[in-house]
Amino acid sequence: MSISHAPPPNEIADIGGTSPSTAPPQPLPAPLLEPLPSTSTTRHRARVPRWLRRLSGPLLLLLAWQLASASGVLTADVLASPGTIARVGRDLIADGSLTSAMGVSLQRVALGVLLGAVVGTVLALLSGLFRAGEDLVDASVQMLRTVPFVGLIPLFIIWFGIGEAPKVAIITLGVTFPLYLNVYAGIRGVDAQLIEAGQSLGLSRWGLVRHVVLPGALPGAMTGLRFSLGVAWLALVFAEQVNADSGIGFLMVQARDFLRTDVIVVCLIVYAFLGLFADFVVRTLERLLLQWRPTFTGQ
Amino acid sequence: MATDVHRAVSPDRAGQEEPAAVRVQGLSRTFDGRRVVDGLELTVRSGEFVALLGRSGCGKSTLLKILTGLDREIEGAVLVPRRKATAFQAPRLMPWKKVWRNVLLGLPGKPERAVAERALAEVGLDHRVDAWPKTLSGGEAQRASLARALVREPDLLLLDEPFGALDALTRIKAQRLVGELWQQRGCAVLLVTHDVEEAVLLADRVLVMDDGVIAHETEIDLPRPRDIADPGFAELRTHLLDHLGVEAPTPAPAPAHAHASASASA
Ligand SMILES: Nc1ncnc2c1ncn2[C@@H]1O[C@H](COP(=O)(O)OP(=O)(O)O)[C@@H](O)[C@H]1O
Ligand SMILES: [Mg+2]
Repeated sequence: MSISHAPPPNEIADIGGTSPSTAPPQPLPAPLLEPLPSTSTTRHRARVPRWLRRLSGPLLLLLAWQLASASGVLTADVLASPGTIARVGRDLIADGSLTSAMGVSLQRVALGVLLGAVVGTVLALLSGLFRAGEDLVDASVQMLRTVPFVGLIPLFIIWFGIGEAPKVAIITLGVTFPLYLNVYAGIRGVDAQLIEAGQSLGLSRWGLVRHVVLPGALPGAMTGLRFSLGVAWLALVFAEQVNADSGIGFLMVQARDFLRTDVIVVCLIVYAFLGLFADFVVRTLERLLLQWRPTFTGQ
Repeated sequence: MATDVHRAVSPDRAGQEEPAAVRVQGLSRTFDGRRVVDGLELTVRSGEFVALLGRSGCGKSTLLKILTGLDREIEGAVLVPRRKATAFQAPRLMPWKKVWRNVLLGLPGKPERAVAERALAEVGLDHRVDAWPKTLSGGEAQRASLARALVREPDLLLLDEPFGALDALTRIKAQRLVGELWQQRGCAVLLVTHDVEEAVLLADRVLVMDDGVIAHETEIDLPRPRDIADPGFAELRTHLLDHLGVEAPTPAPAPAHAHASASASA
């Protein structure tokens, strides 16, 4: 019925023929419509769990490696095959040398991260919250930050001897700076409008810090923690290859002397898994502590 | 009927002290040598609803910030009640606190959740008590911000363009809500707005700020609830727009002509 009301287009063209603006538009061809798939019903994605999908990449890599070893492209003195490595790993666990080395290494990292986190956070709070603290702390930290911390190992050995202390100190140092930088930036990045709102609500100075500044700095702190843990493993590897008589690094140095690529790879895998575990811990923390954040979570 | 009172702007009309919620004398605020507020005088009676109009950048927010106590770099005397609350143009909810915790933030002692629930029910948000701020719509967030201000039981409520970012429908609802809450609470309200209609709809008195002072004031004594269609309403709006430097389109008998001239000048 709407068709009968519409005047035929050419009739209008006849009336206003002199003016181009009154010419009827060419009727557009009807657009092609396409259905938008709903993500909740894309079945093949929903059925395979996420962790399994994430595992497929590494598994393919492993398969390629095994094939290369089996076909003789990759010889054992360059890199042992995954099968050999699995066997060696089992043996190392069975005789207890791997687990005890892991315990020692974990302890070093935990202690170093703890100390570094405390030092980094305290310094960041000092310079983030107080002008005087900033003047006092920030310039020195920024200066020290540019020194590659690994270069300090010889100095630390002279200062702390060859026991646990220099190793923990190196990790502490490595952890401190990324944490400091990110917590400091987080504090200084807190939205000034929210600070004003807090003040207008009658929050005290400490109330502002507790309810506005620190929660606002938490995303930065989490980023810092993640960086720190990455650096911590790196620092551990360096620290343990110098003058160590225990730990995963020591195991690796020993294996190098006997050309045991299989043991070296086992140790590397252990490092990787420890790193993954640390990342998992941070991710879990982030999920719990930052669930208020309106962020893009990926598709 | 509407009555315009064009009187000399003075804080004390009869000389006697009536109970006031705001008393400002000779207030000045300078930014980089530029006097944004320049010898401003202002009195708001207790329980009075005052709307503050003015072109953008004339210093309305600056004045409100001073009254809130956020800006202390001032000259002059400012008297405000101890119990005051502010709602800003953006809701400024702490994103890391659930809505009800936002409402209770800064209250003395350890207030119970029920206190927040009551305040949120007052603004019609009782169903979002446990929500994260990121999940609120613009109107809901603004109402939560209003609840956060009201839960302090203020003697003076300062509102800085609280409806500016809302869509037209939500804004009408929010304006009504503020009018009703004011009538229930009886607190003084200073509403900064750029919307002349909003000012005439809600306020007892409308001030126009210009050149760092209150340049003009108009009493609105239309009966409440007010109706935009009221001829007195239109008259007041035209009058205020005039003072804001906006030429109102003359209600000419031939509206088609008025439209044509307007589009020609555009
Ligand atoms: N912190 C500041 N520093 C410098 N100038 C400012 C500051 N805050 C406001 N101003 C200036 O003061 C004037 C009034 O601003 P404001 O009170 O926000 O205006 P509005 O009436 O639109 O709310 C503007 O010209 C603005 O640029
Ligand atoms: Mg403003």
